[in-house]
Amino acid sequence: MTPRVIALAVIAGIVIVGSFIGFLARFRRTMDLEQWTVGGRGFGLVLVWLLMAGEIYTTFTFLGASGWAYSRGAPILYNLGQAPLIYVTSFYILPLIWEVGRRHKLQTQADFFQVRFGSTALAAFVALIGVVSLIPYVQLQLTGLGLIVETASFGGISRAPAMIVAFALVAAFVFVSGVRGVAWVSIVKDLLLLSAALVVGIAVPHIYFGGIGQMFTELAHAKPAHLVMPGATKNLGHAWYVSTVLLTSLTFYMWPHYFAASFTARSGKILRRNAVLMPLYSITTALVLFVGLSAVLILPNLSNGDLALLAMVRKTFPAWFLGIVGGAGALTAMVAAAVQLLTGATLYAKNLFRPLLAPAMTDEKVATLAKIMVLVLTLGALLLAIYSSLTLVSLLLMGFAGISQLFPGVVLGLFSKRVTTSGVFAGMTTGIAIALFLMLTERDPYYGVNAGFIALCCNFLVTVAISLLTRVKASGFDEVPDIAESQPGPVC
Amino acid sequence: MKRPSLGAILLGLVPFAAVCFSVSLWDRVYPMILGLPFNFFWLISWLLLTPLCMWGAYRLEEPGAAKILRKKGRGD
Repeated sequence: MTPRVIALAVIAGIVIVGSFIGFLARFRRTMDLEQWTVGGRGFGLVLVWLLMAGEIYTTFTFLGASGWAYSRGAPILYNLGQAPLIYVTSFYILPLIWEVGRRHKLQTQADFFQVRFGSTALAAFVALIGVVSLIPYVQLQLTGLGLIVETASFGGISRAPAMIVAFALVAAFVFVSGVRGVAWVSIVKDLLLLSAALVVGIAVPHIYFGGIGQMFTELAHAKPAHLVMPGATKNLGHAWYVSTVLLTSLTFYMWPHYFAASFTARSGKILRRNAVLMPLYSITTALVLFVGLSAVLILPNLSNGDLALLAMVRKTFPAWFLGIVGGAGALTAMVAAAVQLLTGATLYAKNLFRPLLAPAMTDEKVATLAKIMVLVLTLGALLLAIYSSLTLVSLLLMGFAGISQLFPGVVLGLFSKRVTTSGVFAGMTTGIAIALFLMLTERDPYYGVNAGFIALCCNFLVTVAISLLTRVKASGFDEVPDIAESQPGPVC
Repeated sequence: MKRPSLGAILLGLVPFAAVCFSVSLWDRVYPMILGLPFNFFWLISWLLLTPLCMWGAYRLEEPGAAKILRKKGRGD
C-alpha cells in the first residue's frame, strides 16, 4: 500500500467511527426542536465540558494557529493570551444567560434579544448577524478539511474536490446527530486531538532539535524577530495584541453556537466550574504552536502557512500517523462545523424566517426548515471556501468583527435597566458599518489597532448614548415567567 | 439579574492585567525559562494560574447562587 492510501484509509476509518458514535447517541431519543438544539437542557459537567471544548478547539487551533506561528510568528501569542480570558469572561456572564434561558425557555441567541427587548425586528437582526458571521467560520472548517485531505493524499486529491467531500460529510453528520450526537463525538475527537497535539508538539522539536528548549534557542538565534511582536508582520504590534485579545476574549461567547451551548447545561454552577477548568485545555494550543515554529527552520518555503503542521507531520512520521492526525483534524472540523451549521440554520428558521414570513409555522416545520438550511449554509460556505484564499486566522477574525457587535446588547441587556431597543439597534448598526468599512478598505489594523475592536468601542458608545435619549421599556426578563416554569424539563 | 460580587470581579481582573494590558512588560525572548522564550513562558504559566484565580472567584460566587436555587426550590 502506498503511504497515500494508508493515510486516507486511517482518516476515513476515524471519520466513520466518529460519525457512528454521533448516530448512536441520537438514536436513543426522539428529536424535537428542543432536543436537537439544546439537548433537552440536561447536560452535566462532563458533557458541557466536552461540548464546549469540542466546539472551541476547532480546525482553527490545529491548523490556523500553527499556520500563523509559522508565517507571522509572535502575533499568534494573541491566541494563547485570549485563551484563559475567554473563560474568565464566561464565568461572569454564562450563568446569567443560562438562568434567563431556563426561565424563558430560550433556544437561540436571538431568542435572548426577543425576550429581553420584546422586539422581533431586533431579534431578526441579531439572527442575521449571527448567520452571516457563522459562514466564514464554517468556511474555515471546510478549508481545514480540504487542506487535510489534500496533504494526506500527497497532493493526489486537490483542494476543491476534497472540500466537496468534506461538505458532504459535514451535512450528513448534522442531519443524523443533532447537538447530543455532537457532544458524544467530541469525546472521540478530544482524545484523538489531545494525544495528537501532545505527541506532535513534543516529538517534532525533539526529533529535529533535541527538545523544545533547543528549538527555541536555535530559532532565537536564526530569527530573533520572529519571537517577539510584531514578528514577521509590520503592523501587528502591542496595540494590536491588546485590542485583539480584548475583542476576542470579551466577545467570544457572542458566537451564537457558544452562546446557545450554555443552554444545554443542567445548572449555572456547571458553567462556572467549566469556566474554572477550561484554560487548562489550552495547553494543547501551545504545543501546536511549537510545531509551527519548528517548521520555520525545517520547512522554510511552504506556499501556505496553514499547511505547516500537516507538512511537518508528513515529513516526520509514518503514513498511518499522518492518518491519525488528519483524522483527528477532520473529526474536529466536522464537529465544529456541525454545531455552527446547526446553530445558524436554527437561527434562520426560528428567528428570521418564521417571525417575518410565516408566523403560523409549527415547531416541527421550523425543525424541517432548519435542516434544509443546513444544506444551503454549507453550500454557501463551500463556494466561499473554493473561491477565496484567506488564511484561517483572517477568516476567524473577520467573523469576530461581526459577531462581537452583539456584545453591548447582551451585557447591557443583562446588567442595565436603562438600555433600550433603539440604543442596541443603533449601536449594532454603527459597529457593523465601521467594521465593514475598515475591513473592506483594508484599514485593518487601523493605526495598529484591531478594526473589530474600534467598531466595538463605537458600538458601545452609540448604544449608551441613544439609550439615554430614548424611553425605557421594562425588561422582558423581569416579567413573571409563565406557568410552564413549574413543570420541570426532562432530566437525564 | 444578580451581579457578580466585587471580590469575584477583582479576581477576574488579575488574569486580564497579567496577559493582556501588561504585554509590553513581558513580550521578550530573554530570559528564557524552562527552554521557553519569556513571552511564551509567561502566557503558558497563566493558563495554569488563571484557574487558581477563578477557583477563588468560584468560592466567592457559589454560596450565593446555591442560596438562590434553594429559595427557588421552595417556591415550586
